[in-house]
Amino acid sequence: MTSHSLSKTIFGRLTWESFPVHEPILLSTFIVVALGGLAAVVLITRYRLWGYLWSEWFTSVDHKKVGIMYIVLGVVMLLRGFADALMMRLQQAIAFGPNEGYLPAHHYDQIFTAHGTIMIFFVAIPLVVGIVNFVMPLQIGARDVAFPFLNNLSFWLTAAGAILVMMSLFIGEFARTGWLSYAPLAGLAYSPDTGVDYYLWSLQIAGVGTTLSAINMVATIIKMRAPGMTMMKMPVFCWTALCSNVLAIAIFPALTAAFFLLMLDRYVGTNFFTNELGGAPMMYWNMVWIWGHPEVYVLVLPAFGIYSEITATFSGKPLFGYSSMVYATVVITILSYLVWLHHFFTMGAGPTVNSFFGIATMVISIPTGAKIFNWLFTMYRGDIRFELPMMWVVAFMLTFTVGGMTGVLLAIPPADFVFHNSLFLVAHFHNVIIGGVVFALFAGITYWFPKAFGFKLDPFWGKVAFWGWVIGYWVAWTPIYVVGLMGTTRRVHHFDDPSIQPYFVLALIGAVIILVGILGFVMSIVTGIVKRRSLADPTGDPWHGRTLEWSTSSPPPPYNFAFTPVVHELDAWYDMKTRGYRRPLSDYRPVHMPKGTGAGLILAGLALFLGFAMVWYIWWLAAVSFAALLVVAVGHTFNYHRDFFIPAETVALIETERTRALTQGA
Amino acid sequence: MNAASGDPVDPALHSHGDTIGHGSRRSYWIGSFLAVILTAIPFWLVMTGAVDGVTTTALIFACALAQIVVHVVCFLHLDTRSEGGWTLLAFLFTCVIVVLTIGGSVWVMYHLNVNMMPMPAAGAGEHMSTMSRH
Amino acid sequence: MTEAIIQAPEAVTWHLAENEDHDHGGNGATILGFWIYLMSDALIFASLFAMYGVVSTSFAGGPVPREIFDLPLVAVNTAFLLASSITFGAAIPHMEAGRVGPTQLWLAITGLLGAVFVGIELYEFSHLIAEGAGPQRSAFLSAFFTLVGTHGAHVSVGLIWIAAMLVQLGQSGLIQENKRRLMCLSMFWHFLDIIWIGVFTFVYLFGVVR
Repeated sequence: MTSHSLSKTIFGRLTWESFPVHEPILLSTFIVVALGGLAAVVLITRYRLWGYLWSEWFTSVDHKKVGIMYIVLGVVMLLRGFADALMMRLQQAIAFGPNEGYLPAHHYDQIFTAHGTIMIFFVAIPLVVGIVNFVMPLQIGARDVAFPFLNNLSFWLTAAGAILVMMSLFIGEFARTGWLSYAPLAGLAYSPDTGVDYYLWSLQIAGVGTTLSAINMVATIIKMRAPGMTMMKMPVFCWTALCSNVLAIAIFPALTAAFFLLMLDRYVGTNFFTNELGGAPMMYWNMVWIWGHPEVYVLVLPAFGIYSEITATFSGKPLFGYSSMVYATVVITILSYLVWLHHFFTMGAGPTVNSFFGIATMVISIPTGAKIFNWLFTMYRGDIRFELPMMWVVAFMLTFTVGGMTGVLLAIPPADFVFHNSLFLVAHFHNVIIGGVVFALFAGITYWFPKAFGFKLDPFWGKVAFWGWVIGYWVAWTPIYVVGLMGTTRRVHHFDDPSIQPYFVLALIGAVIILVGILGFVMSIVTGIVKRRSLADPTGDPWHGRTLEWSTSSPPPPYNFAFTPVVHELDAWYDMKTRGYRRPLSDYRPVHMPKGTGAGLILAGLALFLGFAMVWYIWWLAAVSFAALLVVAVGHTFNYHRDFFIPAETVALIETERTRALTQGA
Repeated sequence: MNAASGDPVDPALHSHGDTIGHGSRRSYWIGSFLAVILTAIPFWLVMTGAVDGVTTTALIFACALAQIVVHVVCFLHLDTRSEGGWTLLAFLFTCVIVVLTIGGSVWVMYHLNVNMMPMPAAGAGEHMSTMSRH
Repeated sequence: MTEAIIQAPEAVTWHLAENEDHDHGGNGATILGFWIYLMSDALIFASLFAMYGVVSTSFAGGPVPREIFDLPLVAVNTAFLLASSITFGAAIPHMEAGRVGPTQLWLAITGLLGAVFVGIELYEFSHLIAEGAGPQRSAFLSAFFTLVGTHGAHVSVGLIWIAAMLVQLGQSGLIQENKRRLMCLSMFWHFLDIIWIGVFTFVYLFGVVR
């Protein structure tokens, strides 16, 4: 065997050329990341935190810890995704006429693909899943989710997908096909390198995690509500979590199938989405958007739930129109499955098909509008406290509504023939995602942070974050709406018409203002930690909340509730407070808890090896990882001792400490 | 041991608030018998060509639908009571999504194929433009 | 005649007196959770059926169903899979009555029948590939191999699960956890037979009649 074929067998198509040492931007990024990573490792080792991290966090099956880890992942990936955004804004602000900018098309295409992929799959989804994970079991009076080990596994699978995407930055290249990687461009004939393979494997691995997590959340909400909490006495956030996760279960199989078929085309030579031998590339678009449209509702429904909780709490009133909120949520869930073709009106399905999907798309704005009115009516005549979470709600209402309206504009097929794939479209979806989902995530993180960590985020830096994001969003995206309306196409790294350059310069300024917002958010965490004693939450109910999570300490004990609460009314904690509830101070019982395990991390790690091996055609490593996956998965089922009891004395100690904190804080 | 109905309520298999989810032996034997019949008929119809194509198609799909119902009722014991009705709800919801996915995709793709069919060479182009679009 | 009952606030029950402890180790959500997983699996198959439906006549000048589908072989295969569903059903009463030996026996027979099913399918596939009717030949064949192959892969996973279950039954007997797992495996197995009904009807029989 020649040395060349030997290295091909061992390393697949991975060679020294796969490392981008000649690209200064990537090289410098790598150096920064490597140094940062090294510093982190050194610090953790110096303070002897590896054991702590392993046993208290990485192997934890506690929904609160898993939720926090999801959020940490999401925030870290937000920094990466936003870096991509800044690079794009800078390129588009300078690349006019003779100036080619600093990013060749080859690199620019990877940046916009990575930006979209990361923001949806590794920022929005983890942040939403993280908040649902942390909050929902507490709100329904449960001790944990239905399948705690699966929860941990889902997190690590998502993290593995994120790691695989990050690896593509430094080893090989990422996809250049846009965040949905359309066929036939994404087929082997037109994208033979590692890019699309990185994309497919990282999303398939993360997708398994998301699907399992969705099943987990649905089973939890259905089966583990506290006694007396009927479905219509459940907090609205839990309703939105239920509908969002039901929708996720309904759609991720379609994405899994679409990616699986594209993988077969690329690895086996099948002809699902090729241009030859009977392939139907348009079916890829169809399948991917059957996933893609409901996906945005998977993200926005919990966002609406967060707004509902915050609006009620900070208006000092019950949420207006609880039943109509529930029905609106369910209607949105069903309707969101009937509109997917509006993402490809121009692909030629004809007026009959286009009209159906256009009308359905417009109809879906009606229940959404109903929700906005319900929030407004909740605020009306309420005792409104404009603390930071409530500020985010108001910003959402003003921002998202505009985005919704441009959505209705786009829903009209003849109009969409002008707007499709223009920057008007790009502005629309950033409008609704930033105004709808991102603002909600910041609102929710600010709102529930004290519950998770025992102290509030620093309010000054929180307001810097708020104003940075709100002003930055409007400055960045209004000009994009304008140039989009003028006909500018998306995903273009260079423009010939210098008259539109001012708009892009304005957009860049807006992006920098958003950067201030992001840094403000990071500072609010750092300053919060430094000033945690003055920002402390001793009572567990810093905002005068209405739902059960505020009945626990901040942070809650590992078992959440010493005794399972019995629920009588909607807004259960408010009911308890007004009807003279007293915490039980004796007769504590041992609590049955699930044990932590490293199996989730190991399985996800093996999946990561499998994905990397498949990307680089290292067949022996792929086979070994796959076999190991099977062995570990089956082996894990032979472990029947996955639980333990927290002794009553420990519970008594924790509860007594809480009593002390409450009497001091009162 | 076994209760009078022949079905002990085993806590491992049922959660709180749940009634007996799996049926009796009788339903299982009826289901097995029906499944065999509903498999044999379509194979026989197609392999002998006893009836014309359209009727055969209708019959084999009818048998398939019927056998799926038999499996779901007799083998999976799906009813309105198991898991408080949630398994039935999940099943019906899934059926709706299946119909939308398969039906919607076929509908959309058919229209795309008809409207976006590759045009023939330039000379024959004129009369193609009068082809009705739907 | 009515009486106003004044209830003192202390009379409201705010907590359960004892901690909930569903059947010693579970929380009662496993069956529902697994059922929901099966529904998601059904949707993967729905997508594959949709793909097949879209390209089922895209022969690209290659082999058509009538030329390559061996209906007698498919009938035999179907019989084996259906029989395996029936034999699994035979194991359940023994499981409920706590009889480990008979449970294992029927489970093993089910596994054997399932293994024959997979074997016949592998034979069919290798035969087709040898004839030049492999998955790369046309979109129709790609969809055929993928739909049928994915089903076969699921059955194979089921076989691994049956093997693991047989060992675990031998080691720990019919404890609660094993009964729960057998119920899940039973749902999985019957579900796969339901998918096969769709496959042999829509792919094989309809493909020949069309």
